[in-house]
Amino acid sequence: MDKTIEQIKEEALKELEAASDSKKINDLSVRYLGRKGAVTQFLRTISNLPQKKRADAGKRANEIKKSLDKAFREALIQTEARSAAIEDSIDVSLPGRMVSHGSLHPITQITRQICDIFSRLGFAIVEGPEVETDYYNFEALNIPKNHPARDMQDTFYISQNVVLRTHTSPTQPRIMEKQEPPLRIIAPGKVYRCDSDLTHTPMFQQVEGLLVDRQVSFGDLKGILTTFIHQIFDDQTSLRFRPSFFPFTEPSAEIDIRCVICKGKGCRVCSQTGWLEIIGGGMVHPAVFKNVGYDTSIFTGFAFGMGIERIAMLKYGIDDIRKYYENDLKFLRQF
Amino acid sequence: MKVSLSWLKDYISIDMNIDDLADALTMAGLEVEYVSDRYSYLNSVVVGRVVEIETHPNADKLKLCHVDISNRIIPVVCGAPNVKKGILAPCALPGASFPNGTILEKCSIRGEVSEGMLCSAVELGLGANSSGIMELKENLIVGGKLHQALDMSDPVLEIDLTPNRPDCLSIIGTAREVAAFQKTKLTYPVISLPESDGDIADFTSVTILDPDLCPRYSARLVFDIKIAPSPFWLRDRLISLGLKPINNIVDITNFVMMETGQPLHAFDLDRLAKHKIVVRTAKKGETLTTIDQKQRLLSPEMLMICDGEKPVALAGIMGGLNSEIKQSTTRILLESAYFDPVCIRKTSKKTGLATDASHRFERGIDPNGTITALNRATQLIAEICGGNLIGSIIDEYPKPVPDKKITLSTGSTNRRLGAKLSQNDIKQYLSSIEFKVEKIDNDQLRVIPPSFRMDINSFEDLTEEIARLYGYNHIETTFPLIPAEAVRPSKKIDSRYRIKRLLVGLGFTETITYSFINKLSCDRLELKSDDPKRRIMNVLNPIAEDQSVLRTSLIPGILETMHYNITMQNKNLKLFEIGNVFFNTGKEDSQPDEVEMLAGLWTGKRRDDSWFSKGESCDFYDIKGAVEELLRNLRITNTKFTNMRREDCCYTKPGYTAQLFVGNKSIGLLGKVLPQALKNYALKQEAYIFELNADNLIELIPDIMSAKPLPKFPSTSRDVTLIVDKDIEAFNIIKSVEALNEDLIENLYLLDVYEGSPIPAGKKSISLRITYRSAFETLEDKMINSLQKDITGRLIKEFNAILPA
Repeated sequence: MDKTIEQIKEEALKELEAASDSKKINDLSVRYLGRKGAVTQFLRTISNLPQKKRADAGKRANEIKKSLDKAFREALIQTEARSAAIEDSIDVSLPGRMVSHGSLHPITQITRQICDIFSRLGFAIVEGPEVETDYYNFEALNIPKNHPARDMQDTFYISQNVVLRTHTSPTQPRIMEKQEPPLRIIAPGKVYRCDSDLTHTPMFQQVEGLLVDRQVSFGDLKGILTTFIHQIFDDQTSLRFRPSFFPFTEPSAEIDIRCVICKGKGCRVCSQTGWLEIIGGGMVHPAVFKNVGYDTSIFTGFAFGMGIERIAMLKYGIDDIRKYYENDLKFLRQF
Repeated sequence: MKVSLSWLKDYISIDMNIDDLADALTMAGLEVEYVSDRYSYLNSVVVGRVVEIETHPNADKLKLCHVDISNRIIPVVCGAPNVKKGILAPCALPGASFPNGTILEKCSIRGEVSEGMLCSAVELGLGANSSGIMELKENLIVGGKLHQALDMSDPVLEIDLTPNRPDCLSIIGTAREVAAFQKTKLTYPVISLPESDGDIADFTSVTILDPDLCPRYSARLVFDIKIAPSPFWLRDRLISLGLKPINNIVDITNFVMMETGQPLHAFDLDRLAKHKIVVRTAKKGETLTTIDQKQRLLSPEMLMICDGEKPVALAGIMGGLNSEIKQSTTRILLESAYFDPVCIRKTSKKTGLATDASHRFERGIDPNGTITALNRATQLIAEICGGNLIGSIIDEYPKPVPDKKITLSTGSTNRRLGAKLSQNDIKQYLSSIEFKVEKIDNDQLRVIPPSFRMDINSFEDLTEEIARLYGYNHIETTFPLIPAEAVRPSKKIDSRYRIKRLLVGLGFTETITYSFINKLSCDRLELKSDDPKRRIMNVLNPIAEDQSVLRTSLIPGILETMHYNITMQNKNLKLFEIGNVFFNTGKEDSQPDEVEMLAGLWTGKRRDDSWFSKGESCDFYDIKGAVEELLRNLRITNTKFTNMRREDCCYTKPGYTAQLFVGNKSIGLLGKVLPQALKNYALKQEAYIFELNADNLIELIPDIMSAKPLPKFPSTSRDVTLIVDKDIEAFNIIKSVEALNEDLIENLYLLDVYEGSPIPAGKKSISLRITYRSAFETLEDKMINSLQKDITGRLIKEFNAILPA
């Protein structure tokens, strides 16, 4: 007898699957579960069974009745919802009503990233004036008048002793005059050089860093900058430090990274060298400390500076520095 | 500085390949920018075979040759006497550049087309023979590139020297560095002077009147020389570094300068008045025509080499035309001097004259190198130009440059570098670059840098030498021990970023424009003559007219950005910029006041055209809404927008300009750009802008914020509509209600403003919605109605309003 109720269930579900509208589902429901329905009929026959089997068969038949009832009702809801949607619908493929959002200039974004990295290392962010005195831009940094080192930076002059700062380095003596070591600062900002071509704009942006304490070594500079490069690019980016010259650091170094474009194979961006010059730095020159009244027998420190445009170019694959200051919306909106 | 590998090898043997050499130099601090092959110009010269020779129809001395260059046979007009049928010769093709700077083009010679040129050794810079074309050996492959066929290769390193390393501005200087990292020895040229005759004092004298500017002046005389072109090897050396050969004497002085770094100058002794040299500063009004044919007005700080009467050379920079070596010169005075670097630099800057000599002098040459260089040149002159050396050397050295003794502590060196070098390591490194090193004790060394290292003055300078010879990359990467101190972020920097993010959220895109703008900007903005924005500062040496003054407003930059974008077909723009503007303080030679400003611009359609947008243009209330939302987000309260007085408006249209006050402080303005200003910027579409003082704005941002408790009782709203005169500002009506300070008024806003029928002309209707709520009870209608009636009555009275019919 068990077989029969299972068969009824199977048939009912099979027919339900084929039922395409709510009327058919309702009819099915009556046919199986109604007063004269197959399941009801079957339930009536249970009393004919031997006493021993009655309880099990009854339980089983009621379970099937319940499950079929549930199946019919769910099918009905689904079918009705489907037909309702056909009557009342919208074109969801139309673009949404735009909530327009602007974008931050890529230089702002990279500056923020750089400053965030150094902030996490405990550096304070400071700023200085963009129009500087000759003293802070040059003399305090051990670049005397009539020194060939002045040729390294083509300077815009406002008057004899007032210049558009050629680097963010004047923030170094400015902060040191105000604050005793230990000192950890990072100074972003605009700088200006009398130079305009494919790879130079007369205004660009730098970030300066300075750390002064007892017992700071060149090895420590390597450590901080390696950490920085690994954070701003990735842990696989290798660096090399090579000797260079800045009047305000001794020893001085240029810091190159493995070209992030060609991974060192040599390409146009790295002039086939596989390396990209990205940061200048070194141990603070004692003359700079003397100018701000720091005791060179107690304190040592390192300083470094980098061009933000260059880092942004490498991170975003931008090939023309002038794009930053043309402000074409089609460019800016990409960031 | 160019260094050719073949010349470098005259002084040091080099085993590594050119790329490794370039890399090693770079890592020693002599950055090799690029390596080129000096024979790369032979790329466009091929081995050609003369297969046919015809006579030139229009010229007796010319022949018309047919030259096989493997892929085809080309016509070449040739005048060389030795051209023969069947020979192999170098054939330059159009585009080939010659060592003398000319570039070959396809041409027609006396009516006959010539698609190439058969070349002599001289023309190709490959030899001294100019008598005819260069005959090539039979075993060469026709059509092959000449430098490959002849196996010609000489890499030239272009080294970007930092200004502290003038000692490397010579081949020997570079070789010295190679010797240090190769750990090999350098071979200096052996100098043997010819026998001399007579007494130099009988013929000339050197007097230094300004020993501070000319600490040393050495000279020799050579007589009976013959001026002629230099031999091939000498010309070849100069050409390899890009120098132009002139004549044997001049070429020798240039050769020695490139070899040793010591600039030399040769005077025609017979053109020196009284045959003597006087070194002094120029007298006021004196002039000198330098060998570049330019007359120079001299000033008293310039150091001059003079004869018995007048200046004959601009010391250390360029010789005078009046004492120049000529074809007829037979007796020369050779100068080898040391001049004060600052003096040379000043004069070079002032005259705008920078030469290979001044480049070296102003960086500082070796004060003890004058004699070696002078002797080397004398030796070469004797070898090449003949002549007799007269007597001994004149060496006026009134101001000897003392040796520098520096004490170097091994411990301090290691601490500064973060290295673990032994005293012996340090000693070896410094000795390898010719520093004298003596041990003082187990920690300290006494170091005397060689006189050519003018840049080494202190312990720190020595640490760099040690570090670069040890190798920066060998120094262990460590981390500074830094205290776990947190720094409070700067309010200004943080707030600036917050403002930027808020504006981005409001749909504005950040721009950054140059801080220098066109000097016509003030006029273009239609600023009045007494406008404080006219307190501009000029850039003394601008790159361009349109970047010649420092901005006092962000508006010119933002309008130019609008213009640029419209030409780039971006017509709907919402832009902003935060940056400094600069006001002239009026004090001479002093910094300007720098003020940080925030400006924004909205132009074109409120929204880009789309299926849901009718493409309405933005208007005043769009930009105002953005500014209000910014202020609200910054939690700046007590703000007020008032109609800006007509006479205070400049680049915005009167009647469409609001001034923003926070409390009583004016923070900036917003409004519609003045049509004339738009015109001045060649803009055809309306634009709305705001310009606020960011410094002030940031100061006003409250540092703390406290949350209000949520209401417990329901609110009730009442509307009121008033008909008032058109010129009454809605803001004043709102302020008037707020001024009641009624606790039960929770909120108040403008529901509608309407002009036109049925409202009488000159009037407008204003509808307000007032929301009432008590913190203590549910308000009864009776009470609200009475309050609403009071307020209405008060407004009717204050604004002479009537209620709508």
